[in-house]
Amino acid sequence: MRIAVCIKQVPTREGQPRLNESRTWVREQDASFEMNEPDQYAVEAGLRLREQHGGEVVVCSAGPARVAQVIREALARGADRAIHVEDDRLAEADAAVVAEALALHMRGEQFDLVLTGLQSDDQGFAQTGVILAERLGMPHATIVIEVQFADGGLRVKRELEGGWYQWVGMPLPALLTIQSGINQVRYATLKGIMAAKKKEIRKVAAPATLAARQRIVSLYLPEKTKRTEMISGTPAETARELIRRLREDARVL
Amino acid sequence: MILAIAEQHGGQVSSVSWEAIAGAQHLSTAANGLKVRVVVIGSSVGDAAGQLAQAAVEEIVTVDHPALGTYAADGYVLALEAVIAKLAPSYVVLPHTYQTRDFAPALAARVDRPLITDVIAVKGADAGPVFTRLVFQGKMAADVVPEPGAPCFVTFQIGAYRADAAVRGASPAPVVPAIVPMDAAAIRQRPEAPFREAKQAVDLSQAERIVAVGRGLGKQEHLAIAEQLAGLLGAEIGASRPICDLGWLPLERQIGSSGQTVAPKLYIALGISGAIQHAVGIKGAKTIVAINKDADAPIFEVADYGVVGDLFEIVPALATELRK
Repeated sequence: MRIAVCIKQVPTREGQPRLNESRTWVREQDASFEMNEPDQYAVEAGLRLREQHGGEVVVCSAGPARVAQVIREALARGADRAIHVEDDRLAEADAAVVAEALALHMRGEQFDLVLTGLQSDDQGFAQTGVILAERLGMPHATIVIEVQFADGGLRVKRELEGGWYQWVGMPLPALLTIQSGINQVRYATLKGIMAAKKKEIRKVAAPATLAARQRIVSLYLPEKTKRTEMISGTPAETARELIRRLREDARVL
Repeated sequence: MILAIAEQHGGQVSSVSWEAIAGAQHLSTAANGLKVRVVVIGSSVGDAAGQLAQAAVEEIVTVDHPALGTYAADGYVLALEAVIAKLAPSYVVLPHTYQTRDFAPALAARVDRPLITDVIAVKGADAGPVFTRLVFQGKMAADVVPEPGAPCFVTFQIGAYRADAAVRGASPAPVVPAIVPMDAAAIRQRPEAPFREAKQAVDLSQAERIVAVGRGLGKQEHLAIAEQLAGLLGAEIGASRPICDLGWLPLERQIGSSGQTVAPKLYIALGISGAIQHAVGIKGAKTIVAINKDADAPIFEVADYGVVGDLFEIVPALATELRK
């Protein structure tokens, strides 16, 4: 089984992002980056499927040179090799652009199964995986929590809203977006980190023209819908004041 | 023309469809008064079309086909691609549900047009509407514009518009069936009937007070301090998704879009960042208290009272105060 897992490198979750001068993206030089958390579950799901059914796991990522960091991380966890579509313009690209950059180089690989995370922690489009399926001509299912192989195809459990679930069958090759939290993500071992250094990362170029379908014209702090009263002081003072307000102002105690 | 895609389950129009219609009507005012039509697809959608006809819109378009009975992404993409080709809308709007997330990106990709997801607001501008969506885990808002051309696909965040804000018409809108070619063999997914897991034993939707815990709890054994506070308040314990994923609390305690929706008088969020998936589940809470060490956590956007600090210091102090 040839499994591809697409991962994205995103600014870290902690703290407030600092913006560039045009206020359309983060200041790259100030930001620290990490593997998009939902993608970590996709990597783990890919590794587990390979362990059960054999084959290889190929990590695919589109972004600037810095993306190599998360590719190495996935290789250290056990992925076999990687494809890096390297281009600075991909740092803040929209979902369609990223999907097309990935599809260009994934098409020839004859993958049986492509896994992605649910959405990204930075732009949160929740569409790159599904567009990629469309560009690769594969059927897809999203928000998948369980994967079974049956009759030469797939049977996957999808999470719906409000506590509902659904099984969906489809032929291979196929693309699945993996629900976050479905597995316990493994850490890289020292041996894994050493082994990753010898693994192949194939660097390839993005298409010459990247046609953005949408663009950010400005980033700003969200407008508050509520006036939040902040309470500070020592823990004892804070507790006393909070309880007083809940009793006297909000009248909920 | 703005085409709103309604969502129906078993002939019942979901309330989020009315939110999408309200969003479409609002977009209409930001886009020089474009007319709004609503499309509903499925098998035997007559009842759903009848419900939707109450909306003040130009017409209700139906696509009725046995192959669209149980939702499958390919079927929806095929049917809606044909409807869009026929009606040539300027905008196609949808509620940002799990179902929309499953097919809308494929639909937009098939016709190679922009899809702007999870939109919370629309602003009118000379060059055309600007769409606002949250990025970086809700820490920033982004104003986004699509590339020129039609259609532009837009999904509205659940709760961005109120279902009861959808303007109803004085008389029912006409219902117009659209005949679109459907090749059932082209649907690659084979969906089985949706089902629920074991019935939920805890009904948090009725709880008056809830103490909810998130990632900031750090360790499972720290649950004890939250439980102690809940005990003193007579509150139920709830959690954000990561806590249930880790198995620290059962899934039935999960609050948010994939768990329960709650409306308590008092909601105390301990170490919950307040990602939108969680925030939509607590919109109905009367008073929200957030205690979090990250001053930038989006939970403070929705909280009435906020404490930036160490929950392991604040919560025991609250317990002491309550015992007085």
